Amino acid sequence: MSTSEKPLGTQPLGKDEMAALVARDIPAGSFVNLGIGQPTSVADHLRADQGVVLHTENGMLGMGPRPAPGEEDPELTNAGKQPVTELPGASYFDSAASFAMMRGGHLDVCVLGAFQVSAGGDLANWHTGAPDAIPAVGGAMDLALGAKSVFVMMTLFAKDGTPKLVPSCTYPLTGVGCVDRVYTELAVFDLRPEGVVVRETFGTSYDELAARLEVPLLR
Amino acid sequence: MTTLCADPDEAVAEVRDGSTVLVGGFGMAGMPVQLIDALIRQGATDLTVVSNNAGNGDTGLAALLAQGRVRKVICSFPRQADSWVFDGLYRSGEIELELVPQGNLAERMRAAGAGIGAFFTPTGVGTPLAEGKETREIDGRTYVLEMPIHGDVALIGAHRADRAGNLVYRRTARNFGPVMATAATSVVAQVSEVVEIGDLDPETVVTPSVFVDKVVAV
Repeated sequence: MSTSEKPLGTQPLGKDEMAALVARDIPAGSFVNLGIGQPTSVADHLRADQGVVLHTENGMLGMGPRPAPGEEDPELTNAGKQPVTELPGASYFDSAASFAMMRGGHLDVCVLGAFQVSAGGDLANWHTGAPDAIPAVGGAMDLALGAKSVFVMMTLFAKDGTPKLVPSCTYPLTGVGCVDRVYTELAVFDLRPEGVVVRETFGTSYDELAARLEVPLLR
Repeated sequence: MTTLCADPDEAVAEVRDGSTVLVGGFGMAGMPVQLIDALIRQGATDLTVVSNNAGNGDTGLAALLAQGRVRKVICSFPRQADSWVFDGLYRSGEIELELVPQGNLAERMRAAGAGIGAFFTPTGVGTPLAEGKETREIDGRTYVLEMPIHGDVALIGAHRADRAGNLVYRRTARNFGPVMATAATSVVAQVSEVVEIGDLDPETVVTPSVFVDKVVAV
């Protein structure tokens, strides 16, 4: 059975299905920044009639998909330094203007990956804190607190089985109280002032999640 | 008054040991590779380099680092798949790193170029990158104080210049060029073409000539 025939809700989501879900939830006409890694794949699921305009931190609005082989331009790249294309209505600007768009609250949505998210919306996604790791932050801190809505895409559990949605982050923070919604393969969570609300579950139940997570959940 | 240089070596001849050098580019897009190669030949050392990344592969900024000529890097994203030169120097303690969120990096240079003494930003508040810095609550939100970054020299890449020193850029190679051009005592731009005065539409000029000291076509 292909993934497209799998009824939503009865099994954990695959990566493509998570990306499709995020794309579905982005309001029409939004200005959106997609972070490096898994969030980049959300672009493949946006419908043309959604009218979403993609921002890339290195200075462009109206970013299009990867070019055909042989048509790459080294002066037209995304935040991951991969070749992209220019859509009609695109614009270019310098780094200070690009980050003014984020910090100044002009972007509607950003989608980021994460190592950990706390129940209060703290985000840890730039550094594991390991002593031999070379730290690199890029635009993550500016994005995390600048966009009007911050969506995170991550697996709900780390490879060692520990939850990544936690009462309090143990990794160095990227931003404080900045995450609005968390998409995982098992559930979508809204982080609200009153607590963590389970929006949807996939192949699990509210009660199972409540038993596996240390954060209190609300229906 | 902008000087047209015959070659990149003439353009970087006056860089001194111990200088702070702003280097344009986001990855390789906009990186002034020929100016950096000339700086390697020129010999200035004990440099502080301010750039978004810390070099890719073995060319450009990575080549300058590999020559042992850089004491400190101020950047937002040193770690990349092809940053082996920086990674090796950092792990062996041969280079100092000041990690700055990318928006703060741009804004600190913008502040330097605009004559702003310092500024309060929300970026980094509550994270290790704001530790030890002054914070202030303004209208219910917490901000951290960040200081300007001023360069002795800026080396940037642009698309075209006119003989007066006005610059236009191309696509995402613009990135840090315009802000770095405002933030250094001496600004050197490499371009693919120098055109006559009047051949650039004034409405399209991104970096006005007042910011540019030297131009070289490569």
